[in-house]
Amino acid sequence: MTRATALRRGLVPWLLPIALLAVWEVAAKAGWLSARVLPAPSDIAVAFWITLKDGSLPHHVGISAERAVLGLAIGGGLGFALGLVNGALPLAEDILDSSLQMLRNVPHLAIIPMVILWFGIGEEAKVFLVAVGVLFPMYLNTFHGIRSVDRGLVEMGRVYGLRPVALYLRVILPGALPAILVGLRYALGIMWLTLIVAETISASSGIGYMTMNAREFLQTDMVLLGIIVYALLGKLADIASRWLERRALKWNPSFHTGLEAA
Amino acid sequence: MMVPLRAAPPPQVQPEVQDEAPVTGKGLELAFDGVTKAFGDVSVLKGLDLAIPAGQFVAVVGRSGGGKTTLMRLIAGLDGPTSGTIRIDGTARRGLQPDVRLLFQDARLLPWQRVLSNVGIARGPGWKARAQALLAEVGLADRAGDWPYVLSGGQKQRVALARALVTEPGILLLDEPFGALDALTRADMHRLLTRIWGQHGFTAILITHDVAEAVALADRVLVLRDGRVAEDIAVDIPRGARATGAPRLAELERRILNAV
Repeated sequence: MTRATALRRGLVPWLLPIALLAVWEVAAKAGWLSARVLPAPSDIAVAFWITLKDGSLPHHVGISAERAVLGLAIGGGLGFALGLVNGALPLAEDILDSSLQMLRNVPHLAIIPMVILWFGIGEEAKVFLVAVGVLFPMYLNTFHGIRSVDRGLVEMGRVYGLRPVALYLRVILPGALPAILVGLRYALGIMWLTLIVAETISASSGIGYMTMNAREFLQTDMVLLGIIVYALLGKLADIASRWLERRALKWNPSFHTGLEAA
Repeated sequence: MMVPLRAAPPPQVQPEVQDEAPVTGKGLELAFDGVTKAFGDVSVLKGLDLAIPAGQFVAVVGRSGGGKTTLMRLIAGLDGPTSGTIRIDGTARRGLQPDVRLLFQDARLLPWQRVLSNVGIARGPGWKARAQALLAEVGLADRAGDWPYVLSGGQKQRVALARALVTEPGILLLDEPFGALDALTRADMHRLLTRIWGQHGFTAILITHDVAEAVALADRVLVLRDGRVAEDIAVDIPRGARATGAPRLAELERRILNAV
């Protein structure tokens, strides 16, 4: 492949989005599109710049990120721990698993009215909802991962003198890791989704609040900015989890590109 | 019962391996006294009596379902006998044994550990140096830092062999470890195993359905049939003379095949 074709391949996918943006900009500036329906891309950029300079955007993003991380840590940690325990101890599975499976079938966003009654619109409500949302994907994938570890490797570990703790750390946990990381990626997706809904319904800060507040004052550019920020944060979480997968699963040939494997 | 003396190891045949380690380990004696094993109503082993002296190389052949794998799992301590006793080094044993190691049919390397860490799976002080020394013995000193997935089938089995020997076991069980390898690699593995057995002096028990493999490697071949030792045949040919296809070898193979 020559440099020219490489360049062409790199540029071609961007042509359509850039053209659409250009048409959008022209249509908005010419007045064909009402600013209330769809403000020009340049207006959104200006809104971004203004809110960045006055510190309100970083403030709201910071608060949203804090809720997301806290909820993920609590719910994901709990789901992970439950998955570990139930995967390892049949007794724990008998006691806990069917209850967890029942709870899993309750859509976690359906409990928002309940959560507001319990916590009001404070921080706890948002963190709680995120935690509930991420708990089940983490639990299910961790449990499944532990259960599907190659029995032959576990037997080998026992014959080669590994005691239960070493067996767990060196054989079972690494064997379950690919499934656990899949659970983490699901959890990250649910984490943002839950946060968007929770912040939009009841909050006094965060990106969702910023967006809803802007809607009250018909600031469509700010609403769009909020949506774009959510999209970027989601993408960022996805990139982070992919990076983690590639690092943690170096031993797995399916996580190598052709170049790395060579 | 005929118990031939251990034949001298053959001359060095693995050119890529230079390290000539002295005999470091010590084989352990193994005995079965009236061992039976039943799964529900089906008895797989029916009163097995067996005496294997320290350092002997024994091959166990038989049809599938004849109890070979059960025998191996009993020696490894993965299962317990229904009745009877298994004695290692003169004392009755139950449960997993630290001085017995098992080479599986599939190498069973941990894919998430590099080769060196796989060999030194039991860890303990100074494990890296010992694991590296064993890797050198099997001719893979330069692959210590590789992930298992880049190794060929034969290389994986050689790593597994190094892993089995790193704790200097008194008894090494081999559960058809070369069955999945191509003929040339299998011949290489036979030479390597014979040499390493000669150097380490462990008691080797090889499960196989390949009669040619049994007579090429072992001092003695046990034919397992219907849960009993149907035939106990000494391979009274010096190891150096086996590769050349001696007529006595063909005769032994025929006798074993008839007994199976």
